Amino acid sequence: MIRRNGQDARNFPSSTGLTDPGRRRFVLGATASGLVAGLVGGLARWQPASAGENSRVLTHLKGADFALTIGQLPVQITDRERLAVAVNSSLPGPVLHWQEGETVTLRVTNQLNETTSIHWHGILLPTGMDGVPGLSFPGIAPGETFTYRFPVRQSGTYWYHSHSGFQEQLGLYGALVVHPREPEPVAVDRDYVVLLSDWTDENPARVLAKLKKQSDYYNFNQPTLGDLIRDARREGLSAALAERAMWGEMRMNRTDLADVSGYTYTYLMNGQAPAENWTGLFRPGERVRLRFINAAAMSYFDVRIPGLRMTVIAADGQPIKPVDVEEFRIAVAETFDVLVTPERDEAYTIFAQSMDRTGFARGTLAPREGMVALVPGLDKPAALTMADMGHDMGQDMSHAGHDMADMPGMDMRGAGAVTHAPTETGPGVDMLAMNPTSRLNDPGVGLRDNGRRVLTYADLRSTFPDPDGREPTETIELHLTGHMERYIWSFNGIKASDAGPIRLRYGDRVRFVLVNDSMMTHPIHLHGLWSDLEDEQGNFQVRKHTISVKPGERVTYRVSADALGRWAYHCHLMMHMETGMFREVLVDE
Amino acid sequence: MSKFRVMALLLTGLYQPAVLAEDMGHQAHMNDDPLVWMVLADQLEWQNASPDDALAWNVSAWIGHDTGRALFRSEGEATSGDVEDARAELLWSKPIAAWWDLVGGLRQDFGTGPGQTYGLIGVQGTAPYRFHIEADLFGGERGQFGTRLESDYEILLTNRWILVPRAELQAFGKDDADLGIGSGLSQLELGLRLRYEIRREFAPYVGVEWSGKFGDTADFAGETDESVRDTRFVAGLRVWF
Repeated sequence: MIRRNGQDARNFPSSTGLTDPGRRRFVLGATASGLVAGLVGGLARWQPASAGENSRVLTHLKGADFALTIGQLPVQITDRERLAVAVNSSLPGPVLHWQEGETVTLRVTNQLNETTSIHWHGILLPTGMDGVPGLSFPGIAPGETFTYRFPVRQSGTYWYHSHSGFQEQLGLYGALVVHPREPEPVAVDRDYVVLLSDWTDENPARVLAKLKKQSDYYNFNQPTLGDLIRDARREGLSAALAERAMWGEMRMNRTDLADVSGYTYTYLMNGQAPAENWTGLFRPGERVRLRFINAAAMSYFDVRIPGLRMTVIAADGQPIKPVDVEEFRIAVAETFDVLVTPERDEAYTIFAQSMDRTGFARGTLAPREGMVALVPGLDKPAALTMADMGHDMGQDMSHAGHDMADMPGMDMRGAGAVTHAPTETGPGVDMLAMNPTSRLNDPGVGLRDNGRRVLTYADLRSTFPDPDGREPTETIELHLTGHMERYIWSFNGIKASDAGPIRLRYGDRVRFVLVNDSMMTHPIHLHGLWSDLEDEQGNFQVRKHTISVKPGERVTYRVSADALGRWAYHCHLMMHMETGMFREVLVDE
Repeated sequence: MSKFRVMALLLTGLYQPAVLAEDMGHQAHMNDDPLVWMVLADQLEWQNASPDDALAWNVSAWIGHDTGRALFRSEGEATSGDVEDARAELLWSKPIAAWWDLVGGLRQDFGTGPGQTYGLIGVQGTAPYRFHIEADLFGGERGQFGTRLESDYEILLTNRWILVPRAELQAFGKDDADLGIGSGLSQLELGLRLRYEIRREFAPYVGVEWSGKFGDTADFAGETDESVRDTRFVAGLRVWF
């Protein structure tokens, strides 16, 4: 059963508060609010894809049987009209509401002239339903309809996206909300999806080609002569020069935080650009659940709502012990459920700045339509520090993460506490971590000591004990490797096209050890099987589907090989996956 | 344990390629090495030489994959429409280490005097402190052999104003009066260019270039009234696509 927005809202129990005021708000935004109309510029010229319908408003579909159509969609997000790839002529695609315990049927029709696919991110299902062309199925050919059908065995906030080419960057993504069989442990008055994404007017294939030609193409925050003079004034000339020399010696760039930046990206919240200001309504005192989803292709976001305490209650769809924070970093492909209770009769800005501080997605929680709150400025972009890169090797690492002096060592091919595979010495690897450390309590570059209470992985604790309970019997260690300038990404220095599958025996419990040898933060996603993150003592801590690994970090997690078949395992930064940071995990008997 | 597992993974990785292909028909994630090409006019400039102004170029183009690329490089100058001193190279470049590519192929010199063909082998890449380096050895016709070394460095005044010092020298194995080449260090060029990147791909610049001829090469130049030491102002475009 397919229902559009307005009708849909009426059919939902009021307790879930699924009303999405998007369409009405859009009209107000374009006509009544001079401020917004002025800011957005091109918005007034924006033409809907089909008469009377805004293609960038969240729609909701609920039920067990869904008909989804993938096709091109004209959108205008900057001042230029471009063709997006969208589900049901909507960017993002419709929010799909499933019910735990039901079997869902999704008939996906391809109206593109190329193969497409939908992957249900974080959902447990038979391998043939996972939607990865080349692994699960051949993909959905032009003009064909593929029927996905599987029982829903979990609840929470997830998402879906294309696993074909660059279609995800072009708009083929949407939210999944799986309603639990048991009543929710927390009652909420309002329930909103807050889906973050990045949009470029450029052809994504050209973006990748540019990165291959000049990997710092999109970085306009590189250290300059002026920065050197400023550093010299602050730290003394010799310290500033030594710092420069260290980076120069390694041929690395301390401001390399994102491969693709706000230079080309417009950051979206529920499909709306910052000036369009997606708005969620509340009545003062109501408890609001925000289901944050990072559906960006290449962008990490740091999210806060000035004036509101956020209680994080779920990560990657799975419930965690509630933790109160003022800010959280959401890796590409992660989801966080957050509770807020705005008490005052005023508007609050949901502010999601990109990790490299080149832009932000923005929306508003407000008691009434058309209200705006102050939008914070972007934080000063942080740089990786000398300490990040291993100038404090001699220090006691036992309290790593407490301050930057304890950050891990990295060096060019240095020998150290970690063993690197011989394949990591090839032309495709520009750096190796000398002394990788476990740093779950480190919020990451740009969030350390910023005066706010920032969520870290150490805060994420499942409400349930280890569902498997067995100790892992085998360890698989993989190093996250790459060469920034050649723009090659890999595991253990081996790209996907040169690698065979990682084989797991059905029923085994395996420990994955990831060591990040690169300077980038990588969100690593395993399809079909949970990734049960371990704490620094090796105990089960939290169940996730996407594990973000900081530069120089070592993380471990447990995987129960409880689903037969061929599963994708990859960095969820699209351009990293596309250039080789991908493996097949094969579970067989 | 984990070390052995890593080794095992590597072995399966190395010896079982293309497992994904099988019967799926599509290899969505196997194409992790797209064909990429680039044309770069690093220098495309006017020089205020005497008696006549000159046009000079330093361009390269490549096409290929991560494993290797066909590479074309050319550098030279023309006065009044006549090419005076130029070289063009057709090479294969192959990554051999993290920061270095091995290059090999043919170099053709042309301009005034007879043309000259060489075989060339060299390296290019990025040295510590981010110096871009090209270093070639070449040898060929008339028993001549030589070396060419080039380096430049980008100083970011801002993220768009970029100052580039550059040095290039050539040395030859033996005298060749027909080509005006003397043995030993024959030519040194030192340049300083300031460009503004309107876009990454499009940057006008101004600068100054000093060049000197040495040893017998300088003597040959003196005999034909060519300048031995020369300082020129330059203005040009750096473009790539």
